[in-house]
Amino acid sequence: MNPLYFDNNATTRVAPEVVESMLPYFTEYYGNPSSMHTFGGSVGRQINDARAKMADLLGASPEEIVFTSCGTESDSTAIMAALRSNPDKKHIITSRVEHPAIKNLCEYLAKTGYRVTFVPVDHKGRLDMDYLIRHLTDDTAIASFMWANNETGVIFPIDDLTGILSERGVIFHTDAVQAVGKVPIDVKKTRIDMLSLSGHKLHAPKGIGALYVRKGTKFSPFLIGGHQEKGRRGGTENVASIIGLGRASDFVAEHMTEENTRVKFLRDKLETQLVQKISNTLVNGDTDNRLPNTSSIAFEFVEGESILLMMNEFGICASSGSACTSGSLEPSHVLRAMGVPFTAAHGTIRFSLSIYNTEPEIDLIVEKLPPIIDRLRAMSPFWKGSCGCAT
Amino acid sequence: MWEYTDKVKDHFLNPRNVGEIENPDGVGEVGSLACGDALTLYFKLDDQQRIKEAKFKTFGCASAIASSSALTEMLIGKTLEEAETITNENIAEYLGGLPREKMHCSVMGRDALEKAITCYRGSAEKKIEGDIVCECFGVTDIQIERTVRENHLTTIEQVTDYVKAGGGCGNCHDKIQEIINTVLGKEAPARKKSPVLTNLQKIKLIEQTLEREIKPALNKDGGDIELIDVSGNIVQVRLRGTCATCKKSQITLKNYVEAKLRELVTPELVVEEVTL
Repeated sequence: MNPLYFDNNATTRVAPEVVESMLPYFTEYYGNPSSMHTFGGSVGRQINDARAKMADLLGASPEEIVFTSCGTESDSTAIMAALRSNPDKKHIITSRVEHPAIKNLCEYLAKTGYRVTFVPVDHKGRLDMDYLIRHLTDDTAIASFMWANNETGVIFPIDDLTGILSERGVIFHTDAVQAVGKVPIDVKKTRIDMLSLSGHKLHAPKGIGALYVRKGTKFSPFLIGGHQEKGRRGGTENVASIIGLGRASDFVAEHMTEENTRVKFLRDKLETQLVQKISNTLVNGDTDNRLPNTSSIAFEFVEGESILLMMNEFGICASSGSACTSGSLEPSHVLRAMGVPFTAAHGTIRFSLSIYNTEPEIDLIVEKLPPIIDRLRAMSPFWKGSCGCAT
Repeated sequence: MWEYTDKVKDHFLNPRNVGEIENPDGVGEVGSLACGDALTLYFKLDDQQRIKEAKFKTFGCASAIASSSALTEMLIGKTLEEAETITNENIAEYLGGLPREKMHCSVMGRDALEKAITCYRGSAEKKIEGDIVCECFGVTDIQIERTVRENHLTTIEQVTDYVKAGGGCGNCHDKIQEIINTVLGKEAPARKKSPVLTNLQKIKLIEQTLEREIKPALNKDGGDIELIDVSGNIVQVRLRGTCATCKKSQITLKNYVEAKLRELVTPELVVEEVTL
């Protein structure tokens, strides 16, 4: 069964063009880019070509791109670099809805002597800017706010953030793992100091990421070793994946318009029809400022894992904000931070699209999902009909 | 992705005995929306006092639905005395096993069964005995103790897998450990004997604890604390920031600040607030 893949915020299909660009680097061009001989050295030139493509996608200069192994490494590198370059400052400010790569790192740092402020969000997942401003101090070493939320797709006001933070001289890092490739990004337009991204969210393979470090930003490497990446990240380059990420950068740039028109249209159609056909259904998050591909929908009084597994029977792949799928017992920290009621949080499903999705796929979900929800609701002791008067 | 057995998948995708029974002989309700799973179990007896019909309604994940379905199948044809002997392990076995993290689904089945039988016997539903240990999921010491005993659990993690206790904020982990220790017949680990400190050492240690442990925690909520004086075992502090106006500050002072200082400095300390 061909999967109906609607879990692109988890990972994306590697574009065939990307795979093709990588293959020679597994077979023919296996040289080490650091070598003196032409055989290796020419690989180094291809890496720089990929770097230029990556930089183009972000509006950066090639020398501002550091290749890493994943989004998490980029995040850790950024935060630790900011803290090491400002040893006197002991305060970190971030949001309550960050990806675990930032959230768990900050919680860890809070135990090792740093003070961390987690800025709350409102019921639509919008950042409380007043709270943020009130909690900036002269002791603040770094502010880290995601560009777009992985669960809801809600986009934070990056322009406003950079304005506030640069005025206060605070280093600004953004985890843009979900945003890069889906919405236009220009790091030169605003003062972003560091930006993390991950290859496998934009049709490159898993195991490759990048960190943008604005020229002039104080930096120290996270992986200490050789001189690779101009001494900013030790370790022999993941050549094939870097080439793939370069190709993927071009690929998503070519499809940026499609992502924001056709993909957005499909997402909106899916969302509207599901809300229309299924009662007691809510869309989570600020729908005015949202990624074009993401929809977080809560089906009240049923539980997410059950929905996912029943959809799985039809080959539909999505993910859930419920507790049961992750093995933790509480629903997602993002939905909780937004104050989404438990009735809805446990039954939240995230659909995340890509350019590979088609309209017939949407129609199939719209056909298959309502009976699944009906069936689970008929089983639920809390469901008393669509009047919403469940106990 | 969970590794569910074929039997779990079958009972999830084709659950047996879904629904309600009108005028049931026994009903047991457990769980809540907030907890993420809930089960209402119904049964009806025949003339021979055997369960002739058992039905359920469940809100929850695949293994919760499968456990409920399995339980009803196990119940039909049994006398209440026989039914009473069903443990959560029996339910899990019937399904060919459950992932470790999902054992609480089988415990939910057993709890509902127990409630339904109690309901039938008319003994006014036993009040939840014992004291709440896990406030996040409303689990009592009696429930934890029983599950630890029946399933031979030895770690907090296992207790969380089986009854959810400890799976939220984590504040109850010490209490859960105590219960496990009691069941296992172990004494609580002897508290570290506090070394005898000179006054100077004591003050230094208090300062360090405030700076490294307590301040960062209070700062998180916008509060702060200042050490004013140490006289004997009396530690005088002043609360600042949001702590100064917070109604719960006295609780924070005793339950957190004093507890932390007692733990990390010496157990004799008493914290007092100085107000101006």
